[in-house]
Amino acid sequence: MTVQAWTYLIVGATFLLYIGIAIWARAGSTQEFYVAGGGVHPVANGMATAADWMSAASFISMAGIISFAGYDGAVYLMGWTGGYVLLALLLAPYLRKFGKFTVPDFIGDRYYSNVARTVAVICAIIVSFTYVAGQMRGVGLVFSRFLEVDINTGVYIGTVVVFFYAIMGGMKGITYTQVAQYCVLIFAYMVPAIFISLQMTDNVIPQLGFIGEMNDGSGMALLDKLDQLHTELGFAEYTSGTKSTIDVFAITLALMAGTAGLPHVIVRFFTVPRVKDARISAGWALLFIAILYTTAPAIAAFARTNLINTIEDRPYAELPPWFAKWEETALVAWQDKNGDGRLQYGPGDPFVGAVDQVIDGGGAQVEGEFGQTMLNNEPTANRNEVYIDRDIMVLANPEIARLPAWIIALVAAGGLAAALSTAAGLLLVISTAVSRDLMRKQIKPNMSEKEELWWARGGAAAAVLVAAYFGVNPPGFVAATVALAFGLAAASFFPAIVLGIFDKRMNRSGAISGMLVGVILMFGYMAVYRLGWFVDEVPPSSSWWFGISPEGFGSVAMLVNTVIALVVSRATAPPPAEVQEIVEEIRIPRGAGAAIDH
Amino acid sequence: MTPPTDYHRYWRDNLRYLAILLLIWFAVSFGCGILFVDELNRLRIGGAKLGFWFAQQGSIYVFVVLIFVYVYLMNRLDRRYGVNE
Repeated sequence: MTVQAWTYLIVGATFLLYIGIAIWARAGSTQEFYVAGGGVHPVANGMATAADWMSAASFISMAGIISFAGYDGAVYLMGWTGGYVLLALLLAPYLRKFGKFTVPDFIGDRYYSNVARTVAVICAIIVSFTYVAGQMRGVGLVFSRFLEVDINTGVYIGTVVVFFYAIMGGMKGITYTQVAQYCVLIFAYMVPAIFISLQMTDNVIPQLGFIGEMNDGSGMALLDKLDQLHTELGFAEYTSGTKSTIDVFAITLALMAGTAGLPHVIVRFFTVPRVKDARISAGWALLFIAILYTTAPAIAAFARTNLINTIEDRPYAELPPWFAKWEETALVAWQDKNGDGRLQYGPGDPFVGAVDQVIDGGGAQVEGEFGQTMLNNEPTANRNEVYIDRDIMVLANPEIARLPAWIIALVAAGGLAAALSTAAGLLLVISTAVSRDLMRKQIKPNMSEKEELWWARGGAAAAVLVAAYFGVNPPGFVAATVALAFGLAAASFFPAIVLGIFDKRMNRSGAISGMLVGVILMFGYMAVYRLGWFVDEVPPSSSWWFGISPEGFGSVAMLVNTVIALVVSRATAPPPAEVQEIVEEIRIPRGAGAAIDH
Repeated sequence: MTPPTDYHRYWRDNLRYLAILLLIWFAVSFGCGILFVDELNRLRIGGAKLGFWFAQQGSIYVFVVLIFVYVYLMNRLDRRYGVNE
């Protein structure tokens, strides 16, 4: 069977599975729609959380990003796992005891204020939309690369599938499909990783192969070999970074606090029966995430070594077939600057701008004298002749390692599982924000449960359509949006929730002023220093405050939020007695089962 | 509802656990993986520099262990103060 036939078969089978689960687990009440009835087993919830958390970017791009960033890639590895420690210790058990359905619910009740609730709703919607647009785009990309359909067609297919099971099943349907999606994606990630680890280091466990020796007879450690290759080609050593220590520190902290403050992650801990289940399911979630996150740096190092060994100074005619295949999709490109017919790889851009292939009158790519795809791009002055897209590290890995066709198809199914599960979780947050936090709490408090359920489904439907629109027409500032989502979550929710639990004296004025200043500061910094709004051009990195990049600025905004909240709360009246009682109540685990129904 | 004195002792013990666990959390990630990475890189674990390994592997393993230790400690604390479910 061809790769394409295998891909249709495996992707089709997994889609049928997801839809089947959605029909079996459809939601009948708002409680089932919002929190899956509050009866999900902690291990299942851990898997669902892991699938929810690991997006198309984690699955497809992360290993590639680390592969190119070396040590600096650690900000994502630590940032996106360390947040779960904060979540488990500081948030999950208390929010579960509080027993409401959403994050704005907590903010609104704890700070006895509809203004606070509205600020939280707006933040939740912005954070979720910035995230979900990228997921739908990811679905389209996977489809286009493996099934050779148009990216937009891929977005539409993904939209239909998510539409079906998110609207029908709500949280219940999503949770159980996410369990299936986790199994698909982790299997698809591990199989190629294990094969490549065996090929390069004879070690069946990628995490051990990562710190093992090369099996090429040199007896050299893999990472030492990689450092040596990097130095020879003029790159910085793989195991030492190029970012400043303060920036690495700030980005890691912002990603950790942002992770713990993301509404679609927090809401998962409302779905388990008891407080102790909320604690342990955070542990399971991190364990399931850690399997992928500790494999990613191993794949990154294997792929990087493999890639340099395969292409550096090799005649084009002797390259393995995957190079020409991915050349067609413009994910790799070669421009023979010195005319020697060999590839030279090194630091710096090989040519100016994005890959621009020469197209003849019939719409076909034009081949050069060695068979390479010709480019219109203006060459740069450095010796580097090769462009490599970071996504190729995962997408082409099975081919680079000459693995069978069904494994390549499995990677496609895994990428789709990762994108769909994250999209569905985010859509649910948006729909809940509409039906619960806006309609039920602010506009129509007396509506029936059935009516609320229809609002929830309508909210989900509208959100899917908006997400599909952004998937087809990605906003120009996509690169900034994910960093913005984390920065906003860190600058708004995280301090407001933690202070709401651990500082009984925290009051309405303190929390609202803290959140507002944090969000505005984060937005402003991102707008000026990343997007170049309000100024003539994007300011250089030398003008960053304290040397902290916009990606890491969430940690500064979070600190400012906390300080302002503490100062303002001490200068104004303490919260009412019944709110202080709520705070004491959520600190004690007993009685969480009853709390769900108020 | 438990008596107030018990409540305060339960909460104080909880906060002490949090302080210790978060200290470890900070030490393995921000400490070993970022602030002291160059010093630790003089040591090795297998074929990797230790600081680099903490940043890309070790800290994540410790995070997982920390949560399970927290769950064990809190479940024990809940039983001791009779606030378990």
